[in-house]
Parts: sequence; C-alpha cells; structure tokens
Amino acid sequence: MNHEIARHSTRLWHIEIQVSHWIRDHIEYVLVPVALIFALLAWELVILVNQYPSFILPTPRQVAISFIDNWNNGILPYHLRITLFEIGLGFSISFVFAASVGYALAKSPLLEKIVSPYLIATQAIPIVALGPLIIIWINTGPVQNAFIATLVSFFPMLVNTIVGVRGVREEYRELMRSYSASAWQVFTKLEVPAALPVFFGGVRVGVTLSVIGVVVVELLWADRGLGFLLNFARGALDTPLLFATVGVLSIMAIGLYSTVAVLERVIIRWRRNEP
Amino acid sequence: MDNVIKIESVSKQYGSPRDGVVALRDVSLTVRAGEFLSLIGPSGCGKSTLLKLIADLLEPSAGRVSINDHTPQAARRARECGIVFQSPTLMEWRSVERNIQLPLEITGVPSAERQRRARELLDLLRLREFAARFPRELSGGMQQQVAIARALAYRPAILLMDEPFGALDELTRERLGRELLEIWQRTRVTILFVTHSVGEAVRLSDRVAVMSPRPGRIERVIEIDLPRPRPIEIRGLPRYWELLREVRAALHLDDDAGNGAQ
Repeated sequence: MNHEIARHSTRLWHIEIQVSHWIRDHIEYVLVPVALIFALLAWELVILVNQYPSFILPTPRQVAISFIDNWNNGILPYHLRITLFEIGLGFSISFVFAASVGYALAKSPLLEKIVSPYLIATQAIPIVALGPLIIIWINTGPVQNAFIATLVSFFPMLVNTIVGVRGVREEYRELMRSYSASAWQVFTKLEVPAALPVFFGGVRVGVTLSVIGVVVVELLWADRGLGFLLNFARGALDTPLLFATVGVLSIMAIGLYSTVAVLERVIIRWRRNEP
Repeated sequence: MDNVIKIESVSKQYGSPRDGVVALRDVSLTVRAGEFLSLIGPSGCGKSTLLKLIADLLEPSAGRVSINDHTPQAARRARECGIVFQSPTLMEWRSVERNIQLPLEITGVPSAERQRRARELLDLLRLREFAARFPRELSGGMQQQVAIARALAYRPAILLMDEPFGALDELTRERLGRELLEIWQRTRVTILFVTHSVGEAVRLSDRVAVMSPRPGRIERVIEIDLPRPRPIEIRGLPRYWELLREVRAALHLDDDAGNGAQ
C-alpha cells in the first residue's frame, strides 16, 4: 500500500518536473497571457478609481459585451465582410499587376528606364489624397475602396518583384542556357523560385498597406465597412463599439499577416531549417 | 585519337572594335576524345572566355570552334557539354537529388529514368545519404560534388570545368581532384579543366595548355607523361617536379623573381 503511494507520488513528481521544464522553456507562453490579465485589471482599476463614463473609456467588460452583442446581431460580421472584400479585391489586383509589371520591368532595362521615373513620382503622392478625385470620377463604394488598396500596396510589391528577378545571378542563367532551357523553363525553374523570398517580403508589406489604405478610406467617406463603423460608433458616442471594432480590425490584420507568413513558410520551405 | 573539340584561330573581343578589350587572339587548340586537358594561366588570360565559347555562352569574334564537327550552338542543343562553374550554382530550393535531376527535367526525361540516373550519380560521387538534403546544409566541397554530378546527368561527352575547385580549401581541393580522376576514368568523359593551380594541373591532366594574358594566347601545350593511375605518391617522382618546373617556366613564374608581381 505504502509502496503504491510512493510510486504514485514519484510519478506525480515526474510530471511536476516536466511541467516546470516546459514552463522554463516556454516562459513567454506563460508571461504573455499573465501580462494581458494584468493590463486588463489595471484598465478596470483606472476606471473604477476615476469614475470615467463609458463613452470616454469603457471597461474591458463593457467592450466584451459590446463585441458579443454586435457580433451576434450581425453588425460586426457584415462590416468585416465588406472590409475583407475590399482588401481581398484590392490586394489581389495589386498582386497580379505588381508581379507581372515587375517581371516585365526586371527583364527590360529600357522599359524600366522609361517607366521608373513615373513610378517613383507616383510614390510621392499620398494616395489617400486621390480619394476625392475618385469619388468625383467613379463614385464611392467597396470596389472604389479596393482600388485605393491596390494603389497603396502596388509599389512595394512591384519593387520587390524587380529586385527579386534581378537578383538571379548570371551564372544561373548561363547554366540554364547551357541546358538549352526554354524561356518558360527559365521562368518556372529559375526565376520564380529564386525571386520568391524577396517577393514575399513585398507581399507582407503590401498586405499591411492594403489594410491601412482600406480602413483610412472607409473612415473618410464610406457608408459600409469597419472604417465606417468606427466613424459611426464615434458619432453615436458608442465607445465600447469603437473599441470592439478596433479589436476586430486588429485581429483581422494579424490574421491576414499570419496567413501570408504561413504561406511563405509553406512555399519557401527550403529556407525553413536555416541555421 | 579523335579530336572532340577543335578551336581554330579564334579571337574574342569585348566591346567595340576600336576600344574594346581583346580577350583572346588567334587561339588554336584541339582536345582529344577522352583526354583530361587543363587550361592554366594568370587571371585575365581568357581561360574562362575560351570555355564559354565552347559552351556557346559567348560567340567568337573571329575563327571557328567545333565540337564533334558541330557548331557550338548545335552541340549545346545536343547537350554534348556539361558545365561546372567555380561556384556550385545549385538551386537552393531543390534537394540534392532534384538538383541533379534538373538538366534531365529540362530535356524532358521521364521521371523514373531521372530518378534512376540521379541515384547512379549519387552513388558515383558517394553522396547517397545526402540525397534529400538541401544545398545550404552541405559544405562547399559537397556542393561542388553535387554540381559535378549534375553536369554529368545527361551523360555529356565533354565536361567543361571553370576553376571548379578554386573556392575550396587545399585539403578538399585535393580530395575532389582525386575523385574527379576516378569519375573521369569510369565515365571516359573528356574534361577541359580551367585552373590557377600548377600542381593541380600537373597532377590531373594528360596535357596542360599554358596561356598568357593580354591578349590571351596559348603559350605552350605540355604533355604530362606521368603514369596513371596517379596516387598521392606521384609527388615522389622526379618527373613530377620536372613537369611542374616546366609549367612554371611556361607561365614565367620564376623569371626575375623580384618583378614577379608585374
């Protein structure tokens, strides 16, 4: 009997050791949530002490309740879908154009010489400032907002495409030539994989900029989307909803960025076990 | 013996005829079937240029290059030459095995045959256990071995090697040299080998073509009449040292030692 207990406690002791090892090795997994809990408590405390009204600073609980209500009644999902649609459309167009124009410019120094001054000049224009012009020309709406996302995310992806394709060393091209590889084979078996790591750097920046572009534009003139909802909540002095919307936007942005990061890891798997 | 490569009064000039650089002037050379010929000379003597003319990566300004009575272009299309550069130029996104398969993929060899041949080459170079590794996981010497295996993938008649061991340390360099001889003897491939190292040229070659710079010319072709196979002990033979001296003399390495740097 005693023996049984002893064995049992030994096993428990082992588990305890394992847990403590795990905590030591992954201390960040423990400390990050703990920090969050402390921050939320401090937040509640500040409001409790100063007696702020909820339209100035709502408590975390009020924000959570607003989030749940507005998620369940469909308001947040509706605007999230609109915003995601705009980002998705705008970014996709930008992606296709940046990759194809970038490739063409990388392959043709003459074309690049002609086009690059204009491209750089367009970068000096704050794209969002073109918004009113777009309203005059093509009215407002999700597709127009998507267009802004395209404009802001185009340049970094374009530049990275050019840099990536230009980065292919001459010896590799000679090697492919010695195999009498076709232009298509050079493209698929050399240029695309060689340019991918740099290209993905541009994609990461492009996604982030698309989100910013769309939200700013929605804030300014849209009648739908999370940016609009921010404006609406401000006007209605519904500060808990404002917080909830910012929260949804942040989670959405993190989600998009992580999707790209995961895709990058899956596609560029040869860099994964980098020393 | 048949001549596989014939180079007849070839000149190569970069840039405009008036102020361009003459890389090669009136170079003639024949490479015999199955031989190991080294090209040696100081930097800028046009060794690499000559190799690229044969590989049809450059075109001569004058003269004629023929490979098995074909133009370099036809020879390239028929994949008669395999190339190894100074840097391994492996595709970092492909495993060792798939790097070796690359030229076969481009030629459209079916997958089963590609795999079979890649395995064969992996065995030949004793790289079998590294088949699934990626280039960045290998040492520089091993990467160059993979590059050699890849160059042999479509069983070329000729192997063009542009200072393949130039970036490696002395120990690796000698080991790979011996391995290359083994491969050469097994496959009976003709090797044209560009090098900076006198010792390497003498140890490996049947003949050494000594080049001189500005403009590049072939100064002398020296027969290396050392017995084969050539183990490390070859360096004990007086003849080895004689040949070494002869190549050094052709390179003017020992004239007027004080001004050697000129």
